[in-house]
Amino acid sequence: MVDAIKRPGWWRGLIGAIAFGAFGFGLVLILRKISGLDPYQTEQTGYPHIVVPAVTAPLGFLAGFGCFDYWLRWAAGLPTIPDDHSQHGAKSWKDYFKFNTDHKVIGVQYVVTTFIFFFLGGLMAMLIRAELAQPGTQIVEASTYNSLFSTHAVLMIFVFVIPVFAGLANYVLPLMIGAPDMAFPRLNALSFWMLPLAGILFIGSFLCPGGAFDAGWTGYAPLSTGAPLGQSFFNLGVQFAGASSIATALNFLVTIITMRAPGMTFWRMPLLVWANLSTSLLVVAATPFIAGVQFMVLFDRALHTNFFDFAAGGDVISYQHIFWFYSHPAVYIMMLPGFGIISEVISTHARKPIFGYRLMALALIGIVVLSYSVWAHHMFVAGMFSWLRVPMMITTLLIAVPTGIKIFSWLGTLYFGKIHTYSTSMLFALAFIVTFTIGGISGVMLGMVPIDIHVSDTYFIVAHIHFVLFGGSVFTIFAGVYHWFPKMTGRMYDEKLGRVHFWGTLVGTWGTFVPMHWVGMDGMPRRVADYAEQFGEWNLLISAFAFMLGAVQLVFLYNMVVSWRFGPKAEANPWRANSIEWQVSSPPPIFNFDEIPRVVGGPYEFGIPGAKHAIMAGEGAEVPAGEKSVVGSSS
Amino acid sequence: MYGRLPIVKMLLVTIALTVVISAVMVPINWNGQGASTAAPKIDHLLNVMIVLSAFVFSLVMVMLFYALWKFKAKPGDESDGEPIHGNTRLEIAWTLIPTIIVLFAGGYSWKVLDDIEESNPKHLTVSVFSQQYAWSFAYPGKDYVWSEGELHVPVGRQVQFKMHALDVIHSFWVPEWRIKKDNVPGITTTAIVTPDEEGTYQLVCTELCGFGHATMRAKVVVESKSKFEKWVEGLDRTLPEPLMEVLKEESVTNPPALGAGGA
Repeated sequence: MVDAIKRPGWWRGLIGAIAFGAFGFGLVLILRKISGLDPYQTEQTGYPHIVVPAVTAPLGFLAGFGCFDYWLRWAAGLPTIPDDHSQHGAKSWKDYFKFNTDHKVIGVQYVVTTFIFFFLGGLMAMLIRAELAQPGTQIVEASTYNSLFSTHAVLMIFVFVIPVFAGLANYVLPLMIGAPDMAFPRLNALSFWMLPLAGILFIGSFLCPGGAFDAGWTGYAPLSTGAPLGQSFFNLGVQFAGASSIATALNFLVTIITMRAPGMTFWRMPLLVWANLSTSLLVVAATPFIAGVQFMVLFDRALHTNFFDFAAGGDVISYQHIFWFYSHPAVYIMMLPGFGIISEVISTHARKPIFGYRLMALALIGIVVLSYSVWAHHMFVAGMFSWLRVPMMITTLLIAVPTGIKIFSWLGTLYFGKIHTYSTSMLFALAFIVTFTIGGISGVMLGMVPIDIHVSDTYFIVAHIHFVLFGGSVFTIFAGVYHWFPKMTGRMYDEKLGRVHFWGTLVGTWGTFVPMHWVGMDGMPRRVADYAEQFGEWNLLISAFAFMLGAVQLVFLYNMVVSWRFGPKAEANPWRANSIEWQVSSPPPIFNFDEIPRVVGGPYEFGIPGAKHAIMAGEGAEVPAGEKSVVGSSS
Repeated sequence: MYGRLPIVKMLLVTIALTVVISAVMVPINWNGQGASTAAPKIDHLLNVMIVLSAFVFSLVMVMLFYALWKFKAKPGDESDGEPIHGNTRLEIAWTLIPTIIVLFAGGYSWKVLDDIEESNPKHLTVSVFSQQYAWSFAYPGKDYVWSEGELHVPVGRQVQFKMHALDVIHSFWVPEWRIKKDNVPGITTTAIVTPDEEGTYQLVCTELCGFGHATMRAKVVVESKSKFEKWVEGLDRTLPEPLMEVLKEESVTNPPALGAGGA
């Protein structure tokens, strides 16, 4: 027992959480006592004796769990523990519950954890649709309803879509560029362990007096600055999710820039790598803004800083500018990695090189640049300076151009190919093109100020975001999970069940989200627990499709769990793909490669006799004719 | 060298599909009844977008399904496709043509926006006050007469709403007018509407403002000039002092923004 407490792990983590939590609690009590204040401040935005421990306890858990051990020893001048790789790789399922520095283990930890939040968030969506099936109040009252849709969105955005992409890329990206691991393995592990803490803070807010945060995932001030305690948990959860996101993005950037195998020039990187490079550029520059603005709200709530208190000279609209300066790039953070996945899947299953590879990469960079100049299109009716609307409209519409390039290039990739649709990943990739086109079209309409004035804050918006986030991002996530499932687990999944999941999801998505456009244009506002009778029939239909969509996700869950345990063993390269992760065993060896591969060509050289992407260990050193010296030529 | 694509036929199918989708979608009155001069302009813009979008959607569908039909691998075929890496002319085309389309959409939107927000010097000004979870309205005159929960405006005259939120952000939306604007604490925002059809409508709050958000509504009556003037005369309450202060303070501290229509 004593040994268990001394060693980094769950016991020490638990003790750390309790100790640090108690320290924070005591500190508040003592300081307030000294200042002659009532030790417990329970005005609705206050509760310092809960808010401060909500910061310190998670940090205590991380410290106890072992996330900082190496760095702290080094910083304190103590002898560091020589790395014997005992924290690397997974020999049994138990290793997935430990502080592990192996990018493959971390990748699996990410994907499994985020899918748990996906199912929790989905359950909330089911409750929301149950309430909305009929006008009037049936299942939950209005304030609980507000908490439900707020938490649903926050779980899906901050602890599902954004990090699940980080998880998939964590697993495959180092393999793809021929690296033995990520650049900073310990930072990588820390990034992962901050994520469940964010999720727990979000969900834990349901236990707060006054209920979970209920100001929407956008948390507009001054509704949020005056909201009950749960809002502070949102402010803090975003810090942990954001720090996790930023650290991972830095890790990806350094890994991609410095750890590519010899010969892996920028123009030979698979598009998934390009996509994560672009995403990481967005994350490192944009995410600090949401972290900052949530601190400002927290300080307004707890310390009366009055950033957004209009009565004290604060500026209400500035919240929205700072928030959207992150949250618009965030929609690309939630989409670009998916673009990368679709490129891999379509090229592989169409047996064709990506059409216009360089333009595809440049389009990603174009989106990164443009996405910083469009944020105020979320604010066309917000009462900001009116002239700002026109330039923001033009940039918003222009962003459809690089996005269109991607759609047309995927379509071009299909031509003169040999299209195989046996794999569920390809079905999701093809369906993604269709649903995302619809989401893009409604996006262009929303970018046009006069149309936006009418449909802003209606169900048209709800329809649009779900078409791009569910029909877009989540479809790409499913494509990616099915595509790399054999690599990650060493097992094959059941394609028949995959097909059931695919068709159910496709029909469910369209049935649920298409009619939302119509009721929105016809006058139904968003974020309402109750609505006018005239929308009753459509909403009943929407709810019916939503329940179907929810139920069919259980098929996916069953398929993943059972196939992971009992599925037939996967060979190294079941899809006959070219990129490097498929040239090693499934799952890959503990240090990925016996010998770092040598990259000698592009990643999508299908149909070219003798063309090779990489030469793996033991394959001999013959370099295809015409190949120039490659080492160190990365541009 | 890889065989030719039936480009003319594909284009014809795309156009046919565009015509069919447009013929179905354009006649539908998506935004519901219109009751302001802005409504037909916005609805027309929407219809133009529907036709353009139908074309883009049809093009993607035709390209996708032709490829799936023509280039689907035969069972057991393990060979690769043709090693085509791209086509510069095509890539330039699908960069330039969408750019032209969206710039057209942007220019047209700009024109409509200027149109619907053009200020008429003979407008009527109505002050709007929103708070959790109620609307109230003040009409200029001596001391401002005040109406709670019911807004009356005359038909055929431009109304400029000067809006004030007293606690959190609310948003002013009458779907039939197609006009929406947030009411923001601390500043005065403006919405410009010219109602052109008499009737009774509903004012809907569209910015989440708390647990009563879904039921924060007010009655809107558009009526003839004489009926409207009679109704205003019949209002027997004047604007309460605290609201009067909001009115005075904000009009001093927040001069109108650049451009038509104010902030």
